[in-house]
Amino acid sequence: MESAGSEPKTAVPDATAVKVLVAGGVGTDTPALVGSVSDIPLLHVEEFFVVGGVADLASVGVDLGRITISPELMLYLFGTSTEDRSWFLWDELSTGALGAIVLADARALEDSAAAVDFFRGRGIPFVVGLDGVQGGRPPEADEVRATLGLAPTVPVRLCGGARRESTKQLLIALVESLMAAARTAPPVTAIR
Amino acid sequence: MIDNGDDEAWFDEDAGPLVRAYAVTRGRTKTGTTQLDLITLVAATGLQAQQLGPEHDSVLAVCVEQQSVAEVAAKVGLALGVVKVLISDLIERNCLMVRSRQNAVEPDLEMMQKVLDGIRRL
Repeated sequence: MESAGSEPKTAVPDATAVKVLVAGGVGTDTPALVGSVSDIPLLHVEEFFVVGGVADLASVGVDLGRITISPELMLYLFGTSTEDRSWFLWDELSTGALGAIVLADARALEDSAAAVDFFRGRGIPFVVGLDGVQGGRPPEADEVRATLGLAPTVPVRLCGGARRESTKQLLIALVESLMAAARTAPPVTAIR
Repeated sequence: MIDNGDDEAWFDEDAGPLVRAYAVTRGRTKTGTTQLDLITLVAATGLQAQQLGPEHDSVLAVCVEQQSVAEVAAKVGLALGVVKVLISDLIERNCLMVRSRQNAVEPDLEMMQKVLDGIRRL
C-alpha cells in the first residue's frame, strides 16, 4: 500500500547532542540556573528506583533545559540536587557528559562537597558556581578551593541562580577549561 | 534497573505510580537493540504505530519534532525507564528513527568550539 510520506527515512545519525550536569548542594536552586539559559521551557523528568526491597520505591526528578546551538547540535542541561537517593540517576546523567557545574552556596560550601567528590571521582571536568553571596563579601577563590579540595585548574565563578549572564559565564568557563585540557593532554581529558 | 521477571503481582497497590508507569510497558524494563541515552535524539519517520497503546501514540506525537529521550519523557509525563521502552518499540517498527550519534561522542576541539560559540551567542 502506498501512502505519501510513509516511507521510513534512512536513519542516518547526523545530529549531535551533548550534555552538562548542574549539581547543587542542598538548598541551591539548580532549576533556576538551568532555566536561565534554556531556550525551551524548563522540563521535569522522573525516574523510579528501588530503595530497599521491591516494595520500597521512590522516584527522583531531574530538571532539563536545552540550548539549541544549531539544528545539528543540541546542548542539554540536567539539573538535580545532591540528595543521597539521586546518585543512581547521576550515574546515568554523567555518562558521556561534557562536564558539570557544581552550584555551591557561598554560606554553606561544605554542602556541595558531595557533588565535587562525585565528579572528581569519575574524572568529569567541572566548574564551581558560587551563589548566595548577595551583598556580603564573596569568599576568595583560594578559600573555596581549600574548602572543597579543588585543583587549581577547576574554575570558580560567582553566579546568581536565575541570572542568564552568570550562567552563561559558567558554561563558557567550563567549555574553555575542557578545551584547554584537550589541548594540553590529548587524548585524555580526565581531571584527577 | 527493576527486573520483575515473569512474576505476577510484582507490586502491591501502594506502588501506584510505578504500577501505572510500568503497566504501559507490560512490565518490561529492557529496551531492544537500540542503546538509548537521555540525550539520544529521536524523530518520527512518518509511519504510524499500528496496534500499540495510547502511550506509544503520545510518544510518536511528541516526536514529530526531533526530541531527546529525556524531553519525550517529560512531555508525555512518564518515567524515563518507561519511555525508553516505548521509544525502543517504535524504533523497532520504524516509526521512530535515531537522529543522533550514539552516546560515545568523543568531544573534539572542533565540536567544543561550536558549543562555546553557541553559548557566547546566548
